[in-house]
Amino acid sequence: MPGIAAGSSADAAQAGLVLLPCGDSAVLAELPDLTAVLALYRGLSVHRPSGVVDVVPAARTVLVNFDPALIAGAVVRRWLQETTPIAGAEAGTDEVRVDVNYDGPDLVSVAQSLGVSPEEVVALHTSSPWTAAFTGFAPGFAYLVTDHDRLQVPRRGTPRTVVPAGAVGLAGEFSGIYPASSPGGWQLIGHTDAVLWNAHDDGAAALIRPGTRVRFREV
Amino acid sequence: MGTVFAQVRRPGPLTLVEDLGRPGQAAMGLGPSGALDGRSLRLANRLVANNDGAAGLEILLGGLELEFRAAAVVAVTGARGELECGGSSRPLNTALELAPGSTLKIGTAAAGLRYYLSVQGGLQTPSLLGSASADILSGMGPRPLQAGDLLERGPAGTDTAERIRQLTVKAPPRPEQVIALRISAGPRRDWFDASSWHRLTGQEWEISADSNRIGARLLGKPLTQLRRGELPSEGMVSGALQVPPSGLPTIFLADHPVTGGYPVIAVVVRADLDLLAQARPGQKVRFFAG
Repeated sequence: MPGIAAGSSADAAQAGLVLLPCGDSAVLAELPDLTAVLALYRGLSVHRPSGVVDVVPAARTVLVNFDPALIAGAVVRRWLQETTPIAGAEAGTDEVRVDVNYDGPDLVSVAQSLGVSPEEVVALHTSSPWTAAFTGFAPGFAYLVTDHDRLQVPRRGTPRTVVPAGAVGLAGEFSGIYPASSPGGWQLIGHTDAVLWNAHDDGAAALIRPGTRVRFREV
Repeated sequence: MGTVFAQVRRPGPLTLVEDLGRPGQAAMGLGPSGALDGRSLRLANRLVANNDGAAGLEILLGGLELEFRAAAVVAVTGARGELECGGSSRPLNTALELAPGSTLKIGTAAAGLRYYLSVQGGLQTPSLLGSASADILSGMGPRPLQAGDLLERGPAGTDTAERIRQLTVKAPPRPEQVIALRISAGPRRDWFDASSWHRLTGQEWEISADSNRIGARLLGKPLTQLRRGELPSEGMVSGALQVPPSGLPTIFLADHPVTGGYPVIAVVVRADLDLLAQARPGQKVRFFAG
């Protein structure tokens, strides 16, 4: 959104970074694209000052929540401006393999809308690694992106009232896995038995977090 | 586990286990949750010599009846209403020693919306990522209380001698009172025309009956969005005034989604969210830009 960037980027030291106000205990950093978001998120993960509560990447932004009793907003803004982004190729990221049974109810219609065969959809989904860009929608649900745009499909016109846990779907530029049964509008191409969210675990609860690399494998 | 101290006879419309929440999990897709009026939960905990973050009950509007199975020290804070035990009235904002066999009834709130009940030793429930809080958006945490549920508490702390017996607290807002909330500009203020900002701060908004722990929905003269483009989803904060295409803002509360796709015109000052938690459906609020 260049219109916004032009208006308020005066103090941004990092190229393309715009800091937007977000109340007394958060700052919203806006970036040109998802690649820049992931690079900044990786950079911010190297050292997080105490008082920073949450770092939340999204499609074009990184939100930082902080406790104003522990850290000043100005220090958070400087941290965002002075952090060196880390490009994906340099990063030693977590990688998980997800075994998928490509039996989704929308596989055939997705293939038709893309003008390819269902087998080619599976090949496109499994051949390149995906990266979790950000989460939302539900605990453990990650928006995955890959390095090609050949699987871009719109959401379903009418969302399903029930999508089962483990359903693997496509929507827009993203692929995703439903961690739990819920309503949903993504095009479903398969399912997995992988546990995406372990609600009883007191430690690492989400299998896929922002920055995690995901490789799908057909079973 | 802990000691059973009470059984739920009536749960009221919605009684949830809440502590101070689990901030810090948003990158995994989980919101902060926790007591909406955190100040009142902390007061209740201090009255019974608990740590501030001990789990208690968040009681929407009242209607809760607990039958005590063991001697317990409890305190009820937050909303204002009748507290009754054994046919006699008991004070709010006070440590109460309850005997086994006694029944505590929390009446319908006359002012404010949410009571908080703490028991000495803290409620014992399974915790998820360091918190016992129920999150109604994700379904994480304990389900709402039901009749027949047994409540357990942990061991009392060692600093009971330091216990405060009674606190003088600020009364919750009366239902007819207009609640003043301070705001600052949000990240997408420039998505709205100048008159929308004046409309935001220049009118009394009504809290909709559709409000819940995810958000307080507002009724009033709608705001006008200038930009028509779709906003890519971005991180949301508690207190964010998110404006959907209807032009009627929702103020996000503790169970808010971690990301959202509607522009945020303003953000309520964090310290005012405790007050907002006591706003009843139909109550008026007014925003002041600080």
